[in-house]
Amino acid sequence: MKETAANFIAKSTIKAADKEHRRKINFNIGKYNAVVPQGKEQFTDVQLARERAKNIKWRAIEALDKQLEDFELTITRRGAKVIWAEDAQQALDAIQKICEAKGCKTLVKSKSMVTEEIHLNDFLEKIGIESVETDLGEYIQQLDGEPPYHIVTPAMHKSKEDVARLFAEKLGTDPKATPQQLTLTARKILRDKYVQADIGVTGANFIISDIGGIAVTENEGNARLSCAFPKTHIVIAGIEKVIPSMHDLALFWPLLSTFGTGQNVTVYNTIVTGPRQENEKDGPEEMYVILLDNGRTNILANEKQRESLYCIRCGACLNACPVYKNIGGHAYGATYSGPIGSVITPHLRGMEEWKHLSHASSLCGNCTEVCAVKINLHELLLDNRHEAAQEGYAPFAEKMIWKVWRIAMLRRSWMNMANGNMKTRLINKVAGSWTSHRGKLDFPQKSFNQQWKEKMGSK
Amino acid sequence: MANSTGMNVQLFIPCFIDQLYPETAFNMIKVLEKAGCTVSYNTSQTCCGQPAFNAGFWEESKAVCSKFLKDFEGTDLIVAPSASCAGFVKNYYSKLFDNSSMHHAVTELSNRIHEFSDFMVNILGIENVGASLKGKATYHDSCAGLRECRIKKEPRKLLANVKGLELTEMNDVETCCGFGGTFAVKFEHISIGMGEQKVENALATGAEYLISTDHSCLMHLQGYINQKGYHLKTMHIADVMASGW
Ligand code: SF4
Repeated sequence: MKETAANFIAKSTIKAADKEHRRKINFNIGKYNAVVPQGKEQFTDVQLARERAKNIKWRAIEALDKQLEDFELTITRRGAKVIWAEDAQQALDAIQKICEAKGCKTLVKSKSMVTEEIHLNDFLEKIGIESVETDLGEYIQQLDGEPPYHIVTPAMHKSKEDVARLFAEKLGTDPKATPQQLTLTARKILRDKYVQADIGVTGANFIISDIGGIAVTENEGNARLSCAFPKTHIVIAGIEKVIPSMHDLALFWPLLSTFGTGQNVTVYNTIVTGPRQENEKDGPEEMYVILLDNGRTNILANEKQRESLYCIRCGACLNACPVYKNIGGHAYGATYSGPIGSVITPHLRGMEEWKHLSHASSLCGNCTEVCAVKINLHELLLDNRHEAAQEGYAPFAEKMIWKVWRIAMLRRSWMNMANGNMKTRLINKVAGSWTSHRGKLDFPQKSFNQQWKEKMGSK
Repeated sequence: MANSTGMNVQLFIPCFIDQLYPETAFNMIKVLEKAGCTVSYNTSQTCCGQPAFNAGFWEESKAVCSKFLKDFEGTDLIVAPSASCAGFVKNYYSKLFDNSSMHHAVTELSNRIHEFSDFMVNILGIENVGASLKGKATYHDSCAGLRECRIKKEPRKLLANVKGLELTEMNDVETCCGFGGTFAVKFEHISIGMGEQKVENALATGAEYLISTDHSCLMHLQGYINQKGYHLKTMHIADVMASGW
């Protein structure tokens, strides 16, 4: 077994039995479940809205090269610089270069999964730059030295008591502080950081092709400040984030909000189309947009998997996933967890190491049911399993099992050969891990098939 | 119950029902016959091919699916006591036989096959089979029932008409029970965590019976229940429908 798979088994085994974890997650996702239906009411026909969104993303992804070039052309005209990064290293090198040129000591950043993907904070720390997370959830996670637990709500697995304890330990606040007091503490610290920071880093929820802009969605105003306050703004975005037109936001903003948090529209939605212009009073002097591939073109080239690039990272599939809810976001060991993570990680980081995630699903289909842009997530998991088997990654014993299964299933007589006692013994031996928590399977002496034949007197 | 449908139906008895729960198959036959159906059963049938498909072994699966197509030729409707298998035939054969000469046969087959409660309510139009069972029950929506066969009301309609049976709904009723085929063995700890929550939700209703369209879910849940020594009995819906008469 690969180390990644062994880690997954170890971590998920612990979490699945952790009732306290289960309680917190069920509580937090319960709150989400309670509000999402209200958000959905803003759509006259939410199914249609999802389909439209899927169509728009289809258009964007099918013409991805053109969409990105249009974006580059337009935003460059307004003075931004676009950098194309094939992998994480290229993106990090580009950031390092900018930091060095600006003599950057402190950098503020807003929540961005892509920066997690390239491990930006670790990298910056190594080169002696302080990187401060400004989203409250991310800030909490950074204090705790943990990666985000969830793509939308990074500290979902922590209760308010957990956060109070963490703040007390790291920042010396009152261990009984209320969430409001804690937020104010964080706010005060972060405000100072904004003033010190030379560079602000954000992600992008959307890359808007026609107007050459990026759109950022958030609830705290910290991303807007990260864009606007420091002298230099760096955006890092996966190339799949494109939408063709600014007008598409009329659909995507409410869709992302509703499926992400149940809100009608998120509190702050910002479009940035370049650095400060000549006639403008504020905004950064320079703006860089790093367009990151890092395996996404593998997915683009894979006709079946391509639709996973439509994802708008709303997190709905995570919240709907019973596996995610049992094992939590960290057990996956990947930047993107939950159903979408299990679908794309093998293509971003290697099938052999990550195929186990596609098997770690009961295929219940709830992810597909809730996906904001109607990605057939559970079918893509099946496609991954197929791809893994075709590439020969299944263990030898499993390959043999299916070969024998095929032979047996093609000949009815094989299924009737053994009697109940023999089957009971055999199956309970083979399915050892079935029985440890579920007891034995008891086979009746004769199958239905045999009994039917006897009844009908035919042989 | 009306007894004049006179419809010919083919039985599909999925491999694990054939091997582990033959009485459920006989109970389904008993109900179908009471409804006036003439049932026939092709004794050479084996499996719908789903296990290998889900494991990623599509070649092996396709061979078995081809046999299934042959075993179920004709125009009779097909009834199966499993939403999982019926749903697989309905929705996934097309993935395997896409762009092949079998395409038409597959489409036609997917329209002909029905899960048992779907068949009773939507095809025969029967909601009361005259069954009786005393006690309190809760119904578990199997994922395949909900999301592959799109049934939710059908089994509940049938159960609502069972004399003496009081039906209650559990929390998170649409959440997967954690069976998931080889998942239950490969990722046993996750599967058990999911099963545990399902069973706890069912127990919280005070029900004595946990009923579903799928023995696959139920054998996983019953195993866990037995291990814990809870007083909760799982029952296949066909077994409930054949009770008390
Ligand atoms: S796959 Fe769909 S549901 Fe999951 S995060 Fe992406 S858009 Fe949201």
